[in-house]
Amino acid sequence: MSDATAQGFEDQGSDSRLSACPACDVAPIAMRIAQEKARKDEVILSLPGIHCATCITDIERALNNHPGVDSARVNLTLRRVTVKAPGLGADDLIPVVERAGYEALELDPSALSSTAADRKGRDLLMRTGVAGFAMMNVMLLSVAVWSGAEGATRDLFHMVSAMIALPTIAFAGQPFFANARRGLRHGKVVMDFPISLALILASGMSLYETMNSGRHAYFDGVVTLCFFLLIGRYLDYRTRAVARSAAEELTALEVPRAFRITDTGEELVPVAALVPGDLIRIRPGSRVPADGRITSGESEIDRSLLTGESLPVVAAPGTMLSAGEVNLTGLLTVRVTAAGRDSSLAQLTELVANAESARGRYTTLAQQASALYTPIVHIVAFGSFLGWMIHAGDLRMAVNVAAAVLIITCPCALGLAVPAVMTAASGRLFRKGLLIKDATALERLSEVDTVIFDKTGTLTMGTPQLVDPDVLPVEHRPVALALTEGSSHPLSRALAHALATQGVTAVTLERVTEVPGHGVEGLWQGQPVRIGRADWIGAAPGQGRVASTWLRIADLPPIRLEFEDRMRPGAEEAVAGLRRAGCRVMLLSGDTQTAVADIAGRLGIAEWRAGVTPVDKAEAVTGLGAQGARILMVGDGLNDTAALAAAHVAISPASALDAARVASDIVLMGTDLRPVPEALAVARSARKRIKENFNISFGYNIFAVPIAILGFATPLIAALAMSLSSICVTLNALRLR
Amino acid sequence: MSIVAILIPVTLLLGGLGLAAFVWSLMRQQYEDPKGDAERILSSEWDDHPKP
Repeated sequence: MSDATAQGFEDQGSDSRLSACPACDVAPIAMRIAQEKARKDEVILSLPGIHCATCITDIERALNNHPGVDSARVNLTLRRVTVKAPGLGADDLIPVVERAGYEALELDPSALSSTAADRKGRDLLMRTGVAGFAMMNVMLLSVAVWSGAEGATRDLFHMVSAMIALPTIAFAGQPFFANARRGLRHGKVVMDFPISLALILASGMSLYETMNSGRHAYFDGVVTLCFFLLIGRYLDYRTRAVARSAAEELTALEVPRAFRITDTGEELVPVAALVPGDLIRIRPGSRVPADGRITSGESEIDRSLLTGESLPVVAAPGTMLSAGEVNLTGLLTVRVTAAGRDSSLAQLTELVANAESARGRYTTLAQQASALYTPIVHIVAFGSFLGWMIHAGDLRMAVNVAAAVLIITCPCALGLAVPAVMTAASGRLFRKGLLIKDATALERLSEVDTVIFDKTGTLTMGTPQLVDPDVLPVEHRPVALALTEGSSHPLSRALAHALATQGVTAVTLERVTEVPGHGVEGLWQGQPVRIGRADWIGAAPGQGRVASTWLRIADLPPIRLEFEDRMRPGAEEAVAGLRRAGCRVMLLSGDTQTAVADIAGRLGIAEWRAGVTPVDKAEAVTGLGAQGARILMVGDGLNDTAALAAAHVAISPASALDAARVASDIVLMGTDLRPVPEALAVARSARKRIKENFNISFGYNIFAVPIAILGFATPLIAALAMSLSSICVTLNALRLR
Repeated sequence: MSIVAILIPVTLLLGGLGLAAFVWSLMRQQYEDPKGDAERILSSEWDDHPKP
């Protein structure tokens, strides 16, 4: 518990979540260029498919044999390879790995802050190692004292213990001292304060006793305490480091680049280098890097991540584009109007920042317990000091008892209680494909009673699917496939996919051309064939509740093909599971009435709203929150970002926009939605375990504190009680796995 | 009991050696990829001679 408190305190300034400057977090690209030069010679590739020794040697051999590569080292834990190759880029190296038979993806090295994080982890591990070494040696010496060493032997053993323990405490206790100091500077008594006090007071008292040939020295207790607490802290750190590095990898997979048109031609530049007035070229299938106005070209734009609309919109010269939209069919030239922090991304960050501060004020169980515990410990210790002063009038005795009380009550088991449970729970969820990004996310999740889903991209895949392939006569299918094969329009891709899986082989067409914003046309056996929008085909644009396209072959009547958004796998089970867990399930979407009603009906969600703007979504979430509901928001788009940040806890799929992932606490790695109710169940049992662990620790204190106050505590009792309660707490936490 | 005068330094020295080895391995970044290192030993790549 000390860890969670202290770390929570520390994190307010340094965590990767939105904090002081939301714009910097939502658009972290600005910092990237600064770092880009530093690691120019190093290329980092993500290798999602590797799993064994052969994979490692294959990839390393292939890369090391490639001319120009200095060295290549695979990291299996992170599934990455770091290649030192001056002058070579990811584009040169990816084919080398692919020829060896493995999938490789480029990672943006500046989005990975692993080195700084590693240093902190190594630092903690080193302190833990030193404390462990000291603990073992001091314990060996203590065994002699416990079994009855007397006189000069005991003094000698105490002295040797002091020589080992004092430098160890000074070195290994640093994290606690630093946190306690930082807390005091902010006028708060954090959990690390009683820890530091116990460490310092008990060491000082034991040193005094040693010099005066006293019977009891608590060096063993002090060092053990330090060791156990450091283990708790390291576990806590590791859990979050793993989640953070995976979350960073998601960000790093989207290397933000843009094609800028200059007098000399086109150049590839980082998005952060764009300024208003630049002309950029946006290729079909790529994401719009900055806000701007189209100067030339025609296309269709997928706005689903920004507004939740599942149907593409036509774009022509003059149309305004926002960063984050996806260009579908035609090549566009865009004049940038706002880039980086001024882009439309930033307009939402103010909403995000307001909501975020509310979540930052969340008090964890550990903090609640700490607020209760810290004053009691100090009162009890000071009370027993006063009691012994009045009763016996012996200062040395009184200080001895006070120090014994502090060291016995010191939250050794409490320090492990929360991190051990969190490590076990997030490890289990990580295997299910859930990344816990925030330290308090699991606790907040366990309190959830209302779940709000976004539709496009969350409950659905955000990609259309052909409703009924049978409307297309068998003899026309090869033509349809030939027309749609080459297009990157989502409807074309859906049709081509549906036909290809039926085993249709394409016929050969002549003069196939894609008319951006309209469709594809070609010549089949000398006759014109077209697929595309109704008005372009020459058909009556019928009442469409779903996305549709038309196919016309020569002079035959046009055939209407209907598409619907595909449901995410596991969506039904997820909704049913959440309802079984006692949650109220709602659906808020920016899409049209009919599309939302359809999905809500199929999933059995009674409460739904369509055509909701981002601001409405956030207000709905805040409104329900004000009524006392604990909301879990599941969303993926920019239009959800404010609502995600306003909710009690937020989950976004890995396919979500970067900004949405930043605003959420948990990232869903796979496409399946089933882990969501499972996460809820794990979070609830984790909360139960944490409470049990607190009870174990408090129970042990109730037993041991009276012994300490009455002056019967010996270093042996302290050491035994401390180890036993720590082991109990850890075993209880491991039951979660 | 004079044996203690020898035993204690010896214990400390041996423990210190262990600690030094731990710190060395930490500094050499041997805890960066525990999963990979567990697999690497199975590869016969550098069995005949060490990696240059």
